Amino acid sequence: MASKQPENSLLGPEADSQRTLYPYVTGTSVVALKYKDGILMAADMGGSYGSTLRYKSVERMKPIGKHSLLGASGEISDFQEILHYLDELILYDNMWDDGNSLGPKEVHNYLTRVMYNRRNKFNPLWNSLVLGGVKNGQKYLGTVSMIGVNFEDNHVATGFGNHLARPILRQEWHENLSFEDGVRLLEKCMRVLLYRDRSAINKLQIAKITEEGMTISQPYSLKTYWEFSAFANPAQGAVGSW
Amino acid sequence: MTKQQANWSPYDNNGGSCVAIAGADYCVIAADTRMSTGYNILTREYSKICKLADKCVMASSGFQADVKALQKNLAARHLIYQHQHNKQMSCPAMAQLLSNTLYYKRFFPYYSFNVLGGLDNEGKGCVFTYDAVGSYEKVGYSSQGSGSTLITPFLDNQLKSPSPLLLPVQDAVTPLVEAEAIDLVKTVFASASERDIYTGDKVEIVVVNAAGIRREYMELRKD
Repeated sequence: MASKQPENSLLGPEADSQRTLYPYVTGTSVVALKYKDGILMAADMGGSYGSTLRYKSVERMKPIGKHSLLGASGEISDFQEILHYLDELILYDNMWDDGNSLGPKEVHNYLTRVMYNRRNKFNPLWNSLVLGGVKNGQKYLGTVSMIGVNFEDNHVATGFGNHLARPILRQEWHENLSFEDGVRLLEKCMRVLLYRDRSAINKLQIAKITEEGMTISQPYSLKTYWEFSAFANPAQGAVGSW
Repeated sequence: MTKQQANWSPYDNNGGSCVAIAGADYCVIAADTRMSTGYNILTREYSKICKLADKCVMASSGFQADVKALQKNLAARHLIYQHQHNKQMSCPAMAQLLSNTLYYKRFFPYYSFNVLGGLDNEGKGCVFTYDAVGSYEKVGYSSQGSGSTLITPFLDNQLKSPSPLLLPVQDAVTPLVEAEAIDLVKTVFASASERDIYTGDKVEIVVVNAAGIRREYMELRKD
């Protein structure tokens, strides 16, 4: 007996296969901080398919409009969907042609509403987003999770970054960091993530957004040191069967 | 083949505690500023307090996304009320609206534990306390959130609220002066921060009285 629901409804047993249950291709942490002139954000370029490192040139940070920068971790296809929504948002904003443009606060609010609404329909966009930008001299850095939890702060991170990078940032971040200091701090965080997050890869980009605009670095690698004695013989102090 | 279950929950608990105390001509509403998830601190400076109307302030703890949605919902409804009635909503009116709004989502609740505080139409302090689905009561003081189990017994002891079963009906508002009530709130948060991991960083204290609304902060333990 055919169901009487319209094709695109989320009710009924057939619809269950259309709701997101788990992510497939995922990006790992995004880390960002406020510095003197604006926002610095870092993310590696990996797209993992479970435990396989499937894609190695995924750009997980994108400019939004004139004033914002969006970084995403989680399901890459959902990130692309969000970029699609934002394209439309920015288009409509431009078409008003009234001299006004959506700032980072507005884009962050929009994204929060989108994420929360999808969560309400039990069909989340499986991402943790970082939204940073500068408008009229005001720096803004916020984050929103897949269930709609959002906040702004001087430094934010997603996923493993919350566990490994935030403590470093809490210790070493201060107001009016110079660009070089900001990059050094982000690289310190990304290096720790590289050592300790198994889904991290050593190919990252750092993006900068200031009043003047947004630039994103070419992909590069961090110098790593693997000759720490603890790494050389990890079982040394732990005699046992496993 | 068994049906796949969702391995995510639409809810999270972002922690924190809220307190409100009603006085003869003032109301103190306070909440800590820590937002957590699991064993992580997300941010140390998040306000859980929202001014809904001129003399009506709400503090909510629980799931931040639901709290935010609830605050926006009420603020929007208040704006409509102002357009239709050409006046601010009174605290008891907002109290009923909040209850109805919460019950509206009885079967997919706002995971939000609220205390509403402000001045009633006569300028007397009033506090309303809620559960997640809108059950509410006017009280002299209340506490909600992760630290409420630590805070409420202490408030019971210090504020000696008379039993609502007594006749003649006795006033629930505290005889304490504004400064004493604020001091009590500070003490209560300092104590809760010692033992509740989700309470700490800073306490934001909002005082509503005839002169208007003012805000002050106090540092709490960061651990």
